[in-house]
Amino acid sequence: MIDSKTNIPLAEGSLGKKTYTMNLGPTHPATHGVFQNILEMDGERIVKATPTVGYIHRAFEKLAERRPFYQITPITDRLNYCSSPINNMGWHMTFEKLIGAKMPKRVDYLRIIIMELSRIADHLVCNSVIGVDTGALTGFVYVFEFRELIYEIFEEICGSRLTTNIGRIGGLERNFPDAAFNKIDHFLETFPKGMKEFETLLTRNRIFMERTMGCGGIDAERALNYGFTGPNLRACGIDYDMRTAHPYCSYEDFKFEIPVGTTGDVYDRFLVRNQEIWQSVEIIKQALEKISDLDPTVFHADLPDFYLPEKEDVYTKMEALIYHFKIVMGETEIPSGEVYHAVEGGNGEVGYYLISDGGRTPYRLHFRRPCFIYYQAYPEIVEGGMLSDAIVTMSSLNLIAGELDA
Amino acid sequence: MEIQKVLEAEFGGDVSAFEMQFDIFTFEADKEINLKILTLLKEEHGFTFLNDLTAVHYPDKAGKELAVVYMLQNIKTSERIRFKVFAPITKPDVYTATALFSTANWLEREAYDFFGVNFKGHPNLIRIMNVDEMDYHPLRKEYPLEDQTRIDKDDEMFGR
Amino acid sequence: MGRPVTHNNKVKIVESPQGFQGDGFFTTKLSEVVGLARSNSIWPLPFATSCCGIEFMATMAAHYDLARFGSERLGFSPRQCDLIMVMGTIAKKMAPVLKQVYLQMAEPRWVLSVGACASSGGIFDTYSVLQGIDQVIPVDVYVPGCPPRPEAILDGFMRVQDLVKTEHIRRRNSPEYKELLSSYGIE
Repeated sequence: MIDSKTNIPLAEGSLGKKTYTMNLGPTHPATHGVFQNILEMDGERIVKATPTVGYIHRAFEKLAERRPFYQITPITDRLNYCSSPINNMGWHMTFEKLIGAKMPKRVDYLRIIIMELSRIADHLVCNSVIGVDTGALTGFVYVFEFRELIYEIFEEICGSRLTTNIGRIGGLERNFPDAAFNKIDHFLETFPKGMKEFETLLTRNRIFMERTMGCGGIDAERALNYGFTGPNLRACGIDYDMRTAHPYCSYEDFKFEIPVGTTGDVYDRFLVRNQEIWQSVEIIKQALEKISDLDPTVFHADLPDFYLPEKEDVYTKMEALIYHFKIVMGETEIPSGEVYHAVEGGNGEVGYYLISDGGRTPYRLHFRRPCFIYYQAYPEIVEGGMLSDAIVTMSSLNLIAGELDA
Repeated sequence: MEIQKVLEAEFGGDVSAFEMQFDIFTFEADKEINLKILTLLKEEHGFTFLNDLTAVHYPDKAGKELAVVYMLQNIKTSERIRFKVFAPITKPDVYTATALFSTANWLEREAYDFFGVNFKGHPNLIRIMNVDEMDYHPLRKEYPLEDQTRIDKDDEMFGR
Repeated sequence: MGRPVTHNNKVKIVESPQGFQGDGFFTTKLSEVVGLARSNSIWPLPFATSCCGIEFMATMAAHYDLARFGSERLGFSPRQCDLIMVMGTIAKKMAPVLKQVYLQMAEPRWVLSVGACASSGGIFDTYSVLQGIDQVIPVDVYVPGCPPRPEAILDGFMRVQDLVKTEHIRRRNSPEYKELLSSYGIE
């Protein structure tokens, strides 16, 4: 019971304070993932934003020091979980670079098909969620049907939908079955029509355009200083794409364009991602054509020391059993060295910096996570704008919490 | 490589161990000149993009236990360069690169959180990923991975 | 009198509870009617943190529709929701936030823990991950999987519906429930 004569102490400087402190997240319907922003607001305008991350810190880098190399793939899945096959392939390519292995062309093309399908899935989620945050829920429901088709393709290849753990060091774990190719063909037939429907909903929609144009933009110079990569950088006008700047996995055999925006605002990011989806569809078509000329039984390189043999061979042939035992028990010779490899993920350059000392597990594995690097720019983008613009900007940056905190 | 000649001419004995590791040119440097190297590479050789900044703990190297690794990139020519600076674990002070590259802000906070590298001049060097009350730097080699206070999982059963 | 239904005539309707009925009245137990109403109109609070959240988005989408179970409206305010679905890894930094959200929910409230990470820490047996949310809040149903398929999430949801339907009407005031809550430090 507070007596009318007792003084209630106020916080220091709170009487003179003109701004209102508001806490956005970590649990918030619009923050897709857990990150917190403490906003100082003057009415509807944001004066200062202080982000806090680490709410889903799972210590991937320490966990990777405990696991042998072929067991690190499930961890890489959970980095950018909307497009997990890209992370898996990136890790396999890093290790293959360390041991100096070269993949046959068919393996490269199959990997490219998987990576481009997951890039389509990632961009579909991001774009539909930009729609949801502006109030347009229909796009989300239309688009998830195609994500289900992509999930079915992944299920045919590896058995799992979202966190796929696809592939092995040295190739893929099994050849693509015919059902997978049929599903890819079915996807390529039905998807363009559905994508056009999604585009007509939002791209020239006056409300969406007025809501997203001019909001959340960033200058190209500042973006480079902050280390942006991926669609967010390409929306600012710089055409830096890992697939053409540092080609990996036979991307140099493919013809595709890199869409680029101008102002780097939310509308440009939306358009760049849409165009990248169309370019990915083109790449998949080209890959399917190229595969039809190659020997259809090849799905891994000849690396007995590192590629876990197929199960039928392990149970029937002596050699395969011995190699399987050697690899699992860690008796193979792993070279020591430091290697860095990066792939173009859904958000930009996903890099793997691996220091190996010849032991069974890495000495140090560091992930260069694009979301973590460009989320630093969020206060600068958002300050001076309105709260609802901040929400749309956050979803257009495609912040995936798993990649942010790792 | 011309970069090697330029660096040796400019810094002499403070830079060493030049080698080409898997298509990235790497070298090691003394920790006092890290900002000078970064400025030289950024302004005169076009390495304007800081790709990554991380730390590594080498408990066996006495006096040089904590290494900070910088990875730079030239966007126009797609060249990469990497260098390491070393600091002793008793006094791990390294100058901050935040003034040159804004992206170094959180990357250095992460290196501080995980390894305890103290970046001098950093605007806000506090923990970023772990809880604020944590009093040790978890990614150093002496600390275990698992939470030692958990009661439902047993280390003997989980095959460490 | 409207025209008879011509199209959606294969709609499955829940059976009415056992009771005694007559001309214009129907008597049954209050707990059965309340349980029936509650279980078919649960308002969930999705507490999605990581990968299981994306599988939940797939469950909400048109293919594996969650709305047909009565959860058309997802609330994001704990004060208005019955069921908190914790999907994804809960780190030690996030645990106080989860507890605070749970405390803000009004009775009766149920907890569904989706995924291996929320149930027991999952593959992340590390210093920074909470090894299961039942360290901080009492859980009703666990859905295993990494991530669980949408059918599994729906199955977990249906188990919660069974629990809601058959819950005793005085359970939340009973001494056993109070003891359960006080073992978590919740008053």
